[in-house]
Amino acid sequence: MTTLPQHTKKSLGLVIDLDTCVGCHACVTACKGWNTENYGAPLADKDAYGANPVGSFLNRVHSYEVQPEAGGPAQLFHMPKSCLHCADAPCVTVCPTGASYKRVEDGIVLVNESDCIGCGLCAWACPYGAREMDPEEQVMKKCTLCVDRIYNENLPEEDRQPACVRTCPAGARHFGDLSDPDSDVSKLVAERGGIDLMPEQGTSPVNQYLPPRPRDEAPEFDVLAPYLEPVAEEASGFLGWLDRTLSKVS
Amino acid sequence: MHPAPSIILFTTLSGLGFGMLAFLGLDAPAPRGWTAFWFFLIAYLLAVGGLLSSTFHLGHPERALKAFTQWRSSWLSREAWLAVAALAVMGLYAIGLVFFDTRLRVMGIAGGLLSLGTVFATSMIYTQMRTVPRWNHWGTPILFLAYAIVGGALLTGRVELARAVLPLLLLLQIFAWIDQDRHEQADPTDIGTATGLGTRGKVRAFEAPHTGENYLTREMVFRIGRKHSKTLKGVALALGMVVPALILFLPFHHALAAVAVLLHLAGVLVQRWLFFAEARHVVSFYYGR
Repeated sequence: MTTLPQHTKKSLGLVIDLDTCVGCHACVTACKGWNTENYGAPLADKDAYGANPVGSFLNRVHSYEVQPEAGGPAQLFHMPKSCLHCADAPCVTVCPTGASYKRVEDGIVLVNESDCIGCGLCAWACPYGAREMDPEEQVMKKCTLCVDRIYNENLPEEDRQPACVRTCPAGARHFGDLSDPDSDVSKLVAERGGIDLMPEQGTSPVNQYLPPRPRDEAPEFDVLAPYLEPVAEEASGFLGWLDRTLSKVS
Repeated sequence: MHPAPSIILFTTLSGLGFGMLAFLGLDAPAPRGWTAFWFFLIAYLLAVGGLLSSTFHLGHPERALKAFTQWRSSWLSREAWLAVAALAVMGLYAIGLVFFDTRLRVMGIAGGLLSLGTVFATSMIYTQMRTVPRWNHWGTPILFLAYAIVGGALLTGRVELARAVLPLLLLLQIFAWIDQDRHEQADPTDIGTATGLGTRGKVRAFEAPHTGENYLTREMVFRIGRKHSKTLKGVALALGMVVPALILFLPFHHALAAVAVLLHLAGVLVQRWLFFAEARHVVSFYYGR
């Protein structure tokens, strides 16, 4: 059924720290690797070594430059983006076949690939560009929140989280239940003032982004500065003589 | 949005076909015998041809029957049901007219309304997209229906009516274009809300996630040379409405009427191309385009 559930028992999702992400694309590679070898159709690449390579990815890292209104240097942020597992997911209700659905037990938005006719309507309905048609299989691919890892008892417990979270070397990605106010991710979101992307689209995304902490606002202070103050303003010795002599000449 | 030829052909042809069926069903006097046969043949070729063309853009057309299951929530599913219902009811109505010289009035009215319902459902597939401000607008369903009705009037040879409604369609289209421009401008989504960084300063896309294109940029971040938009709008208005209306004021001749219909068809194709090519999807903000 492509009607959305009124309520989900959990809201599993990601919390992504824009202050910590270094834009290394390790999560992109880990995601592509896991999701090519496991659940569903592999994520294909076409013309991979040719002039116009194209392929499906479930996670992509954009980089943005922000020029503060008050002046000062521009800041650079890296923004990994994948499915936000929205509570009001517009991609689910447009699906004509029932292939797209939101799970009641954990809120994950999934595609049943054997029901997908590849009409592409769900990709149009998603404001975030989280769905991509696989160029080989012609079915819609999207982040599954590594549903085949997080409940997989064949994996060691520390590996039972999405591949992107597990691999992130900077600790910029966190996974958990955002409907539970006592979960680590919910506490992190509360502490850092997590935000929705495009809240005006009315999708109620589950994934949260932690905004960068304020920068360049405290007055510049360096504990070593007093020891580094110039000892002599005027040059002396040989350099002083050279400076005076050259000044006379020019 | 990428203007896929299969979808442009589908919405244009099936719009005309169902518009024609609506007139055949709702408006008396209905044609009989062989005349009716030819009218219904053209209407069915257009409507069914359009529907078939729409399956060419599917990744898995062999699973198309599954699209009938989600009528409770999906406009695409509702469109599928309405199209089949309209074609079936109008088919029975056509058999009465062609072979038995009988007009099954109730069936005609039901089939005509179902035909208009199909066009409306098609338009709602686009109208429901909150992500495409230019489509998420009153003009989308009104214009889809208006083009179907005008095309139906032209194709069923209702000259008087066509003369009256072509200028109205012209005005409606111009007004809708102006209001859609305004609506798109007023949409609150921008690169600032897309990244959540808009409150910190001026956001600029610094680096894309990849060097080439991807499914999203090909499908939704289509960049039309907007400098041609005004010219193409002029062409659409001239071909679609102005010249056909002028031709209809000349003394009636079947060949001239056919020219008017073909010009109108060409105009609607240009209008539909613009409908896709000009529409901006909010995902383009992530790509800084």
